[in-house]
Amino acid sequence: MDYTLKELMTIAAAREIRDGDIVFCGTGISMLAAMAAKNISAPNSVIFFETGAIDSLLEEVPLAVSDSRVMFWTSVNGNLADAFATMQNRITGPHVVGIMGAAQIDKYGNLNSTAIGDYFSPKVRFSGSGGACDVASFVGRTITFMQHEKRKFVQKLDYITSPGWLDGPDGRKKAGLPDGGPASVVTNMATMGFDETTKEMFLTGFFPGITPQQILDNMGFEIDVSRAKEVAPPTAYELQILREKCDPQRLILG
Amino acid sequence: MKICNDKTMSLKEAVQKYVAAGCHMSIGGFTVSRNPMAAVYEIIRQGINNIHLYAHSNGQGVDELIGAGCVSRLEIAYAGSGRFAPTCIRFKKAVQSGDIVVEDYSNYQMTLRFLAGAMGVPFLPTRSSLGTDIMEKWGFSAKMRAADPRLPDQKLTVMENPFGSWGDAPKLVLVPAINCDVTLIHAQKADREGTVRMEGLVFSDIEQVKSAQHVIVTCEELVEPDDLKANPDQNQIPSFCVDAVVHVPGGAYPTACYRYYDYDPGYLNEYRRYAEDDMLYKKYLEEFIHGLKDHQALLDKAGKDRLDTIRADQRTGYAVGLDRR
Repeated sequence: MDYTLKELMTIAAAREIRDGDIVFCGTGISMLAAMAAKNISAPNSVIFFETGAIDSLLEEVPLAVSDSRVMFWTSVNGNLADAFATMQNRITGPHVVGIMGAAQIDKYGNLNSTAIGDYFSPKVRFSGSGGACDVASFVGRTITFMQHEKRKFVQKLDYITSPGWLDGPDGRKKAGLPDGGPASVVTNMATMGFDETTKEMFLTGFFPGITPQQILDNMGFEIDVSRAKEVAPPTAYELQILREKCDPQRLILG
Repeated sequence: MKICNDKTMSLKEAVQKYVAAGCHMSIGGFTVSRNPMAAVYEIIRQGINNIHLYAHSNGQGVDELIGAGCVSRLEIAYAGSGRFAPTCIRFKKAVQSGDIVVEDYSNYQMTLRFLAGAMGVPFLPTRSSLGTDIMEKWGFSAKMRAADPRLPDQKLTVMENPFGSWGDAPKLVLVPAINCDVTLIHAQKADREGTVRMEGLVFSDIEQVKSAQHVIVTCEELVEPDDLKANPDQNQIPSFCVDAVVHVPGGAYPTACYRYYDYDPGYLNEYRRYAEDDMLYKKYLEEFIHGLKDHQALLDKAGKDRLDTIRADQRTGYAVGLDRR
């Protein structure tokens, strides 16, 4: 079965979403992963956006979280104050899984989406937090999409935009953040999780044709690879749903 | 705020009256949706500069104001235009070159700041950003803040929960209220008195409106007060919050206006090409803004065929099957 890397990444992330999750998504591949999960393995998941749209039908893939396509056929069209309150809410927040992306990540899953170099005189400026810091602060678990490159998996972030496990097992508690935190990372080479005790990133799966050593060669820090298994390629059914139902115009899949 | 039974005026007049050099201004909408673009272009045309701009997540409006040199300081959570420009290009250039000073917050924090302003309280609490550089790094230095009476002395501050273990949140981040001189929004419907009805997502437009000294509303349709009163639960903004009502069909173009038109992928892609090059961008400003009399001229330049392709479908509120590559 032929498939592209992007299709595999999308499916790998979609498999992390559980039936009954409230799924917060951003733009691009994260939205597609949420759509794939809902159509394949998590029919009772509810997709929602920071802009306030809840349970959008998504007949066409939106290109931004404010796209009119997220407003059509929803259960509720709310606003930003509501959307973020849903995540900070002590009853609903723990049921939310947030899908994120970033320019840099460290071994504790902290994310930088603000600037490379000195914040006060940046070499490269990015969009900034948007809702990412809020999601990472509040929700039960997060899944992060990353490109697997040395300059992106770094020892020390240039700027901490969104909190992961901060500096280790007690980091969030010390800072005063709610429980919850990063659950997994999906890249163009692998899937990773965070150790229950140390909260450090470790390799959970490598994509077909990729070795754990290649993965390590593309990271700025060491991770445990002893628990990793090969990631199952997308099934014919997963691909069919993804291609025909989620992104028939291949706006995100390319 | 203003109490008057007819606030309609031209966009030129509204901008002359309520937007001044050095003012504190916020714009509504979100990334590529319902940005008050006609008003943004009019501000650029009038050459108003040194604006202190506030937004939560904004794309096209923020980028064009920065690109045209209207902005000196920016408080924002996110500057991007979805897939068309994941990071706004003129914003990126201006921050990297030091042409504007930026203060970063999260989206919820910006929303809470507008809400605090709308509620008349000096700050609101949240658990967001504990342990991050949003707390640690201040784009506006303590010195700059102390010297400017329009800025709070601190970007934000942390407090212990004064109710002890109540609510199970040991620490809270307090974010300061925003009260702008003027907020600009684009809505689907308004009446001459200033009552506003938005359709689809309202983003944080209501908080942005209610926290501002003055408000300019541009609208797709100017309707009779009785038309809005017939279904009052669909209206969001009471007339007294609004100072100017301007009828500008297509006023969010090239961003989307739910149930009226989609964003224009052609324009946004073309804009990106202009924005990436300083010389080309000068040409863009001349050809698409300064060289045009008003927003209608921009719509005429786009042409009927192009506008037909982005016209919203009645069932969905967007242009079904639009080529968005």
